[in-house]
Amino acid sequence: MTAGAVITAKEAVARIRSGDTVMVGGFGLVGAPLTLIDALVDHSDATDLTIVSNNIGEPGRGLGKLLRQGRIRRGISSYFTSNPEAVAAVNAGEIEATLVPQGTFAEAIRAGGAGIGGFYTPVGAGTLLAEGKEERLIAGVRHVLEEPIRADVALVYAARADTLGNLWYRRTARNFNPLMATAATVTIAEAGEVVPVGDLEPESVVTPHLYVDHLVARA
Amino acid sequence: MSGDPKSRIAERAARELRPGEIVNLGIGIPNLIPGFLGAGSKVVLHTENGLLGVGPRPGEDELDPDLIDAAKQPVTALPGASYFDSAASFAMIRGGHVDVAVLGALEVSAAGDIANWAVPGKDVLGVGGAMDLVIGARRVIVTMTSTSSRGEPKVVAECTYPLTAPAAVDVIITELSVFRLRDGKLHLTELLDGATVDEVAAVTTAPFVVNLEESNAR
Repeated sequence: MTAGAVITAKEAVARIRSGDTVMVGGFGLVGAPLTLIDALVDHSDATDLTIVSNNIGEPGRGLGKLLRQGRIRRGISSYFTSNPEAVAAVNAGEIEATLVPQGTFAEAIRAGGAGIGGFYTPVGAGTLLAEGKEERLIAGVRHVLEEPIRADVALVYAARADTLGNLWYRRTARNFNPLMATAATVTIAEAGEVVPVGDLEPESVVTPHLYVDHLVARA
Repeated sequence: MSGDPKSRIAERAARELRPGEIVNLGIGIPNLIPGFLGAGSKVVLHTENGLLGVGPRPGEDELDPDLIDAAKQPVTALPGASYFDSAASFAMIRGGHVDVAVLGALEVSAAGDIANWAVPGKDVLGVGGAMDLVIGARRVIVTMTSTSSRGEPKVVAECTYPLTAPAAVDVIITELSVFRLRDGKLHLTELLDGATVDEVAAVTTAPFVVNLEESNAR
């Protein structure tokens, strides 16, 4: 990122095109980039989106707003159930759902950002969620091949950013955000507070700025 | 023991946890366990959304919107706590660094198969971290009532609901008894609250061995 390039949320979501895969950070609404989601809801016409997020928001909140607009074609998530409207949309055939165990979901995004072509995990072996996936025995234990997950755009939230795009997270609002920041072609970070370069302790930077393309201040 | 069946199950489960163990608690009955851990228990709670060292529920004036557990309820962090991202959290779980997972179930089979995430014909749309936890935790303790709300046994010969994982459970605690999986067999090791073997057998379709030396030892 170029130093000082803080843009508006409206400008940022203009990077999202119809048909894109969009990662959205947060565990429920905690750590979710709510200003960016609202901008996507209010200022973008992009539709037919694939959303990669642990949950699809809550009814009428966070990604739940985008769902109500009918702009989500597919969700990749570990827990749709926290938004009954998302469950209803899946059952009505309005959106396609890919359910992934939460640890596999996190690791697949990590792999996507780290240039790893996939990994074998024992999680899910022998269950419905392993159907159709390649399996092999490793040290005598059934493992399932999981492919990496990447996105066109990642929307993440960090409590603090410097103007270079270095990110610092607060408490359990970290969750999937640092992983998603690495795994998209374009990463847009929403920051609770934007501070001058040099104000973040280098050791406390969780996401180095090379992952971040655009910075937006939380509304 | 006293109180409703779920509290009694949580109270008994709390006694399974040893000082210094790293423990992940699921939603429901497991969430009642901290109330039964003594102040000096030294059990360290892990929550998969990224915190090791979970403290008690906060008072109204301590609420922090950035600090929740995996049930999305507000918590506090104890001195010595640490925060980490979700990939690191599940690496701890799958890597065998979490000693115990305590979680609820719809069914557990005689072989220790567990079904706790999906009911056939209903929405199969939420698995969360359950599969990772039952595979990764070194000891898996299931806390559940002996029968479903419709009165159907939950300790069964074979699971009929979709599996969370095969052969993953070590201990089952219901309001009536404690079962332990040993050498691929289910052992009834303790009767709770005055229950009899016949009462347990009446609500258990899984074959089990009666091996009650532990409750006598208590």
